[in-house]
Amino acid sequence: MNHAGVLETREAFGETTLIVDPAQIVDLCRHLKDSEKYIRLSGITAVDLHPAEPRFEVIYHLHSIERNRRLRLKCLLSGVNPEIDSATAVWRGANWYEREVFDMFGIGFRNHPNLVRILMPIDWEGYPLRKDYPVHGYKYSYPSE
Amino acid sequence: MKHSFEDHTSTIPAVQEIPATPSAPRRMTLNMGPQHPSTHGVLRIVLELEGETIITAAPDIGFLHTGIEKEFEQKNWQQAVTLTDRVDYLANLSNNLVYALAVEKLLQIEIPARAQWTRVMMTEFSRLNSHLVWLGTHALDIGAMTMFFYCFREREDILRIFEMFSGQRMMTSYIRIGGLALEPPRGWQQVVGKFIRAFPSKVDEYEELLNANPIWMQRTQGVGFISLEDMLDLGITGPMLRGAGLNWDIRKSEPYSSYEKFDFKVPVETSNDVWSRYRVRIQEMRESAKIITQALEGMPEGAWQADAPHVVLPDREKMKTQMESLIYHFKIVTEGFRVPAGEVYQCIEAPRGEIGYYVVSDGTSKPYRVHMRTPSFGNLQGLPKMLENTLIADSIAALGSMDFVLGDTDR
Repeated sequence: MNHAGVLETREAFGETTLIVDPAQIVDLCRHLKDSEKYIRLSGITAVDLHPAEPRFEVIYHLHSIERNRRLRLKCLLSGVNPEIDSATAVWRGANWYEREVFDMFGIGFRNHPNLVRILMPIDWEGYPLRKDYPVHGYKYSYPSE
Repeated sequence: MKHSFEDHTSTIPAVQEIPATPSAPRRMTLNMGPQHPSTHGVLRIVLELEGETIITAAPDIGFLHTGIEKEFEQKNWQQAVTLTDRVDYLANLSNNLVYALAVEKLLQIEIPARAQWTRVMMTEFSRLNSHLVWLGTHALDIGAMTMFFYCFREREDILRIFEMFSGQRMMTSYIRIGGLALEPPRGWQQVVGKFIRAFPSKVDEYEELLNANPIWMQRTQGVGFISLEDMLDLGITGPMLRGAGLNWDIRKSEPYSSYEKFDFKVPVETSNDVWSRYRVRIQEMRESAKIITQALEGMPEGAWQADAPHVVLPDREKMKTQMESLIYHFKIVTEGFRVPAGEVYQCIEAPRGEIGYYVVSDGTSKPYRVHMRTPSFGNLQGLPKMLENTLIADSIAALGSMDFVLGDTDR
């Protein structure tokens, strides 16, 4: 892949992962969609590597029906104020996936049209899928703790 | 122990997603759901109407969110199979299968042919199950009550087959990491054979009731249009795409669990409306029946679990007589098996579209992260586009044709 945003290419289990510079993610996505025929965005998710730094991985799964290929993009983000550009300008379908990542991990997406919680209640406190978030939530405390 | 919220709350915007008041005079905001019977689950849609025309539709989801992805991180690898059942409760075995395939890819273990064929047969049964529930309830929404009873009659037989194999009607957890939960029961060939020989004539009955039915045709033909480009852009998969003329089925394009050994067609329709999605699903039921017949006739002999003692529980008799088996048994039961560190994305063709599990292991006996890319979540995202500028009466037919399950959407 000849694109300035690709920092590293990894192959494992027959799957290709590109480690991408977060600043160039939208540019790379547009390039992959227009020139490499990755017209489908299968999903966006994240992984919390707490307490490591950079703490978050944002994962994009791309799919090309025509070439029958799948590709994974991975961006590493710092745990302090994690933010990345939104891919909604490339695929409108990124909208809900990014809202889910925001809802569960508290990762911000710049230029997102409607970045609010999607699965949790709108006034929920905390980000449930972060590793430092207890399974039973913050709101309830048990005598043994 | 008291936690501080300050750093968490600061970034939550106080914006309400759904407009409370209409954006222009003469318009009306109508709340549909979350307990509306035709939303098949707990879905709320806020419609902005001008007369009977829908201007905008805003789906509000999350009512059935149960934190399954968080729960995965607390269970060991094999225990987590039970969680996958509860995601899409109409296609449990598809979810079992995709999770097992993903973890087996990380473990790099070989699954014997008999287990693979049984998996194919069972997931096709779950496709039949899901399509039957869809057809029955969708027809009920549009006003054809008889269909519901016909479809649930056959569904009941399928649930009995599930019970025979796994001991459970719905939450089967039958497909486990390393093979199956139990050996297929004695006499299953007769039960499956009897069902599958009778099934095509049952599909004929459904078609007889609906194909030339003027009410059904008027309510479905030309309703629920959304262009193929929009669907691909918004992340819609499965029968919706095949109803719009795109021949893409993961069973064919990226075969898994020995699907390449089965002979079946991928039905494609081109009219891109509720009718074409109905036609696709009816034909898919016929193709699934063909696959099940082939599995029944060609079922290989042999083991139903992988030869991987560090993953699969040993035979009971061996455990009592052999030291090594006893040790493996103790290790698996007390701490669970370890999965080598790595990450995989595995996807399969579920009744509703692409289910993809992204599984990350850090080398311990619990998953580090499991993300479920569920078809209902992706499909539902296309709903506002599909309902734009249509009549409110058509919205029921249109959203029913998407065939979403809210448990699958909210996880």
